[in-house]
Amino acid sequence: MYDLGAAFVAALRLIGGLDPGLLGIVALSVTVSLSAVAIAAVLGLPLGAAVALGRFPGRRGVIVTLNALMGLPPVVVGLFVYLLLSRAGPLGSLGLLFTPGAMVIAQAILITPIVAALARQVVEDAWAEYQEQLRSLGAPPRRALWTLLWDTRFSLVTVVLAGFGRAAAEVGAVIIVGGNIEGVTRVMTTAITLETSKGDLPLALGLGLILMTLVLAANTAAYAIKEAAQRRFG
Amino acid sequence: MHAGAALLPLVLDRVSYAIDGTPLVSELSVTLQAGSRTVILGPNGAGKSLTLRLCHGLLRPTSGSVRWAGAFSGEPMRRQAMVFQRPVMLRRSALANVAYGLKLAGMAKRERDDRARAMLDRVGLLALADRAARSMSGGEQQRVALARAWALQPEVLFLDEPTASLDPAAARAVEAIIRAIHEAGTKIVMTTHNLAQARRLADEILFLDRGRLIERTPAEQFFRAPTTPEATSFLREESI
Repeated sequence: MYDLGAAFVAALRLIGGLDPGLLGIVALSVTVSLSAVAIAAVLGLPLGAAVALGRFPGRRGVIVTLNALMGLPPVVVGLFVYLLLSRAGPLGSLGLLFTPGAMVIAQAILITPIVAALARQVVEDAWAEYQEQLRSLGAPPRRALWTLLWDTRFSLVTVVLAGFGRAAAEVGAVIIVGGNIEGVTRVMTTAITLETSKGDLPLALGLGLILMTLVLAANTAAYAIKEAAQRRFG
Repeated sequence: MHAGAALLPLVLDRVSYAIDGTPLVSELSVTLQAGSRTVILGPNGAGKSLTLRLCHGLLRPTSGSVRWAGAFSGEPMRRQAMVFQRPVMLRRSALANVAYGLKLAGMAKRERDDRARAMLDRVGLLALADRAARSMSGGEQQRVALARAWALQPEVLFLDEPTASLDPAAARAVEAIIRAIHEAGTKIVMTTHNLAQARRLADEILFLDRGRLIERTPAEQFFRAPTTPEATSFLREESI
């Protein structure tokens, strides 16, 4: 039985000593997840708003699908992207498999539905309040959509950060399409998986602590932004 | 104030509006002319707010037609405005709220900011121009909403119970602004359930009951001697 206390101390030492291997892993994690969340925001926010405002046949189906996709299993997304990007796959010629690019794609697919589904709810609630006023002022649908996104921006920051938390914390998708290659595609979650199975608990614990801190910091920031905004803009 | 062809008169021809087969407005025919202040009165559920929304174009009649009979041809929404019982303030400054409608109308940034400032000045809120609109009091928000509507220089302004959620002082301020908007040349069509307010503001009364237009009379005559028994009993009950 590994001494948990010793592992903990060793973990703190790794963090305190700014171990370059550890820093590289953290940096890649953050880069990949931030890229994925940026893509998810660009696609998911307007998509969610469009579904919120749109009246088209099959709208209910789209909403149910979006909500269901929030629970998309990361390994399934990983497998799907793997098949797309593998040498024999339709996008195999891009040579993206086992690169950070593939990991960004997988995570973006994973969290775009989350961002879209949560944004739809936020924007739809706002639309119920704003609809008559915006139509009265003569706002065409596209303009109304941007106005609603802008007016709910502080709630949407929370939505996007929820997506970031999910991306940073998932392991199933990135381990399949990234391959957990040291120095190339190894991120915090895949490293934790590997080090734990190898029995190197200090590194696993250290990464775990950093991951927790990161997610906590992101959510604290989201909360603070929303609070401050509510005081300022009501 | 209004260059070019007029939107008014507004002609409602046998307008009905129903939800799930339940008629809420029935066979409403009326022509609204420029100039006067028209106040729509009636008991709860008479269809006052629905009628305003049908006139403004927010709702489509189930049957019948709403037609702007003036020579103006173009997007009628651009020449009319509406103020709601609860003002919807965008999450931005009072100034930006007033400028928003002008932006939709395609006005350049500098010009719309100048206009928005001038309008806030007219409703007595210039000092609060940079305040977040949602942090203002209900009365102030309604004045911002009036400034936002007025800034569009509408030919017609619809107001749906504009003072219903306000205290008497704030309501007075709103009434004064409505008067000023009218004096500047805008046709006023409003609903209220405040009879004293109707007396103060109305030139003519449209009295609705259960979705039907019962009576249309000059205000002075309506309050002295309404011509229908429905209006008579409404005035009697309301004044108790």
